[in-house]
Amino acid sequence: MTWFRKKEQRIESVPADERVVKTEGIFVKCTECDAALYRRELEESLQVCPHCNYHFRIGARERLAMLYDDGQYEELDADVISSDPLEFTDTKPYPQRLEQARRSTGLPEAIITARGRVGGHLTFIGAMDFSFLGGSMGSAVGEKITRIIERALETRGAVITVSASGGARMQEGALSLMQMAKISAALARLDEAQLPFISILTDPTTGGVTASFAMLGDVILAEPKALIGFAGPRVIEQTIREKLPKDFQRAEFLVEHGMLDVVVDRREMRALVIKLLTFMVNPALQTPAPQFNASNNGRDPNGPTPDVPATESKIQSPKSEVKN
Amino acid sequence: MSDDANVRDRDEPLPAFERVKLARHTDRPYALDFIQRLFSDFTELRGDRRFADDPALICGFATFQGELVAVIAHQKGRDTKQRRHRNFGMPKPEGYRKALRIMQLAEKFQRPVFTFIDTPGAYPGIDAEERGQAEAIARNLMEMAKLEVPIIVTVIGEGGSGGALAIGIGDWVLMLENAIYSVISPEGCAAILWKDAAQAAQAAQALRLTANDLKRLGMVDQIVPEPSAGAHTDADEAARLLKESLSEGLAAVVKWSPHERKSRRYEKLRALGG
Repeated sequence: MTWFRKKEQRIESVPADERVVKTEGIFVKCTECDAALYRRELEESLQVCPHCNYHFRIGARERLAMLYDDGQYEELDADVISSDPLEFTDTKPYPQRLEQARRSTGLPEAIITARGRVGGHLTFIGAMDFSFLGGSMGSAVGEKITRIIERALETRGAVITVSASGGARMQEGALSLMQMAKISAALARLDEAQLPFISILTDPTTGGVTASFAMLGDVILAEPKALIGFAGPRVIEQTIREKLPKDFQRAEFLVEHGMLDVVVDRREMRALVIKLLTFMVNPALQTPAPQFNASNNGRDPNGPTPDVPATESKIQSPKSEVKN
Repeated sequence: MSDDANVRDRDEPLPAFERVKLARHTDRPYALDFIQRLFSDFTELRGDRRFADDPALICGFATFQGELVAVIAHQKGRDTKQRRHRNFGMPKPEGYRKALRIMQLAEKFQRPVFTFIDTPGAYPGIDAEERGQAEAIARNLMEMAKLEVPIIVTVIGEGGSGGALAIGIGDWVLMLENAIYSVISPEGCAAILWKDAAQAAQAAQALRLTANDLKRLGMVDQIVPEPSAGAHTDADEAARLLKESLSEGLAAVVKWSPHERKSRRYEKLRALGG
């Protein structure tokens, strides 16, 4: 005989697989300090951990929205995408890898280029996205960057690149390598035209991207702790057969060695860029001297040249619309 | 190259990788072997005026068929001691900065520039990183685009990625028949994409790194024939054949005006991967 009898129904047990706290997507764990971060709060702090200042990697579109006035910009050359010039196949055919990358990222390529205003200054920005095949630079990336430089030359705008890349894209062989030369040659023209180029380095920036435009900025900025180098740490470790110190090739290391100008918190990036542009965009250089106009029947010698393809499209690829 | 090259039987010898082996052959003439045979005198100039002199990249003034020119070249070593001295032909930032210094001297005195490429790549080491390996390469790419003097580039052996390209921007690009030029070594590519460095032969094929491939893709203007068994069998003959091509190339580009050279150089690069 039992002394006590349960009158009420016991609480219905929940099957183990359903026993979850519904916070998924609301909290994010910081990679660096393990703090649980409220997602909305993290978004407001531009994906920087409010506790330890860890800078999460962010995508190209977020980057553009963060830099442009009111987050407004016009995407350029979304139709420039990589073909398969070498018919490259490793364990998978290259076109298949490209298609996969497009599907998983919603991006047409490893870079988004755009036109807009930064602090009121006409500015062309190319923002790379590491999630698209490691931000690797193939022909399409090279072409898109070259085109924004040429557009800046035509319209006397400023150029900003935001790098996030493992380097040149192997699947396009030496053609990827030549993009380094192509972009650098375009930057030589920009330099001679006394137009500003700001290079922003984010985690990670290595290989052929570092060894070309990323290191050619009139001013070079970097996000805290970003890995920046020519050879990747693993390659160096294999060469010298020893472990590398933890801070080696980090942004702070580079600034110490005189390789870049400022390590800047993402939340202060836009303000700093505007300050720099204000110095670098000199209105005295803005318009070509009048005598050139007169000798040229009033036509602006720096005006658009007909042989430059004006293929910018306001139409974004359908995939990218799904993503955003 | 056949289109089914990538799906070939693994045991069948892959021609691209045979070229890789020839390009790296230890008896292959290196830059100094060619310089000795191509130029009537060579005065080496050293140092980047910032940090050091880099023996992996040699520079100087020389005379080519009666004309005064500047010479820039990667130099590998033949025996162990030399190899170490030349760092296996892998330059550090001071090498690239010295090269730029000499090229800018050539510009100042209006003398043509000859560059000779033969490197596994720019040196991937701590000191090179500290002194800005990436910046040194990048700077050369930009500044070479600004030069107006004739620049004749020849890939004589290994064209190893950015470390090769950093002296590779020119008006006329030559490549020896068995030379290679690639964005990454076949071994490195195989390790990353196949997760197996032993697949280097496959990778070599896929990367399209031979002179024929690069000519077809528009990155090389002219292929320089080698003695039938390869340059390593007869350095004198290899140099004689190269001299002919260099002479033709120079004759062509000196006819262009300085401005024309600069804009052609741009347009040529502009057409790659458009």
